Amino acid sequence: MSIDKHNHDEKHHHHSDIGDKPWQAIRIEAVESLLHEIGVINSSDVDAIVHHYEEKVGPKTGARVVAKAWTDPDFKARLLADGLEACAELGIGGPETERLRVVENTDTLHNVVVCTLCSCYPWPILGLPPAWYKSSAYRSRLVREPRKVLEEMGLQLTQETEVRVWDSVSEIRYLVLPQRPSASAGMSESELMDIITRDAMIGVARVSV
Amino acid sequence: MNGIHDMGGLHGFGRVHHLPDQASEDPVFHSEWESRVFCITQVIDTKGIWNLDEHRHEIELMNSADYINDGYYGRWLFAMESLLNKKNILNQEEVSQRIIEMLADLRNYSQPDLNDRDWPLAAEQKVNWGACRHEVNIVPIYSEGQSIRVRNIHPPGHTRVTAYTRDKIGIIERVNAQAWVLPDTRAHYKGENLQAVYTIKFSAKTLWGPQAETNQFLFIDLSEDHIESLTNLD
Repeated sequence: MSIDKHNHDEKHHHHSDIGDKPWQAIRIEAVESLLHEIGVINSSDVDAIVHHYEEKVGPKTGARVVAKAWTDPDFKARLLADGLEACAELGIGGPETERLRVVENTDTLHNVVVCTLCSCYPWPILGLPPAWYKSSAYRSRLVREPRKVLEEMGLQLTQETEVRVWDSVSEIRYLVLPQRPSASAGMSESELMDIITRDAMIGVARVSV
Repeated sequence: MNGIHDMGGLHGFGRVHHLPDQASEDPVFHSEWESRVFCITQVIDTKGIWNLDEHRHEIELMNSADYINDGYYGRWLFAMESLLNKKNILNQEEVSQRIIEMLADLRNYSQPDLNDRDWPLAAEQKVNWGACRHEVNIVPIYSEGQSIRVRNIHPPGHTRVTAYTRDKIGIIERVNAQAWVLPDTRAHYKGENLQAVYTIKFSAKTLWGPQAETNQFLFIDLSEDHIESLTNLD
């Protein structure tokens, strides 16, 4: 049995899982322990980042931004003008995002975001991307047949609706500002937050009440 | 490089396996090792060992079958090990040895020789992070509304210009006039080449011909070096 994934003698490697543990688990455990011993990383710093992404940021962060934009027209204007600056007003920001562009869906316009090269995503606003966003199917197909992909994912768009696909391969990140459903007219900002989904902020779903 | 990572437009990957939004079965990390790979990379990113672009390029250097099979965090694991090995901070033999000892359930592992590697980094060895130099002003060559052609280039190294847009004509929808690092050169330590990034708008017809869907546009952000004026063509 070999779990030496990067055997120098053969490009075509073999690896197997150890019991129930995937081979990647063994490798990263080995790498982490060595990096810790060498002093490159401190495992408690790693734990802090795990905690950050599991507990502190996620789609709820983006939902706060959208709910605010739906209820505060001045904030919405600032958000559309400079996404990151407006998010900073709410104390939202962080690494890996130099600029944020917010694109607004309307009755006649639908925006949807992808990164065909490597799954770039607005981490400080939406957390880490879902598995499907990183999949080969989504990355390869969305730019070529967005209507078909969206329909398969449950979102039907009329032929009259202009579809805008944003391939975010550079360091500008994108957030879709979904349409506020008319049935949500009486809802408070915090009630709105509960109906705003990650999928809607990527652009593969509508918000519904 | 023209690799499997440049997926825009490819056929053959089937349907998108889409889990219901915000459902409990779609956690941030699907397994412990994924969380370690991602978060260790985040910590290493702050150490000045590598830059963002060479990390992406390292992933592109995986063989195509591994790229597809190993998944997102598997690629990050590959890049981490490979870059640490290339930079003589942690070599592959040490990792293999540690794995053998872990599997043998040894009580004490062989300790790495702390003098036998390029760590810690001297201040001048540390690489700059960041994708944009806010303190620098640049003057964009092109302007909003201008038609441009994406250069027909096939560099063997890192590039962020996608295959499906090359040689295609689009319109500059927005000039992002900040001083952006050119990933194509920074990935290879050939300079930051600060320049504007342009949001280019293409009609689907331009990109996909008769197979294009109706009423669709594609927007992509490309560096100044990735595009050229129509009048410069032969």
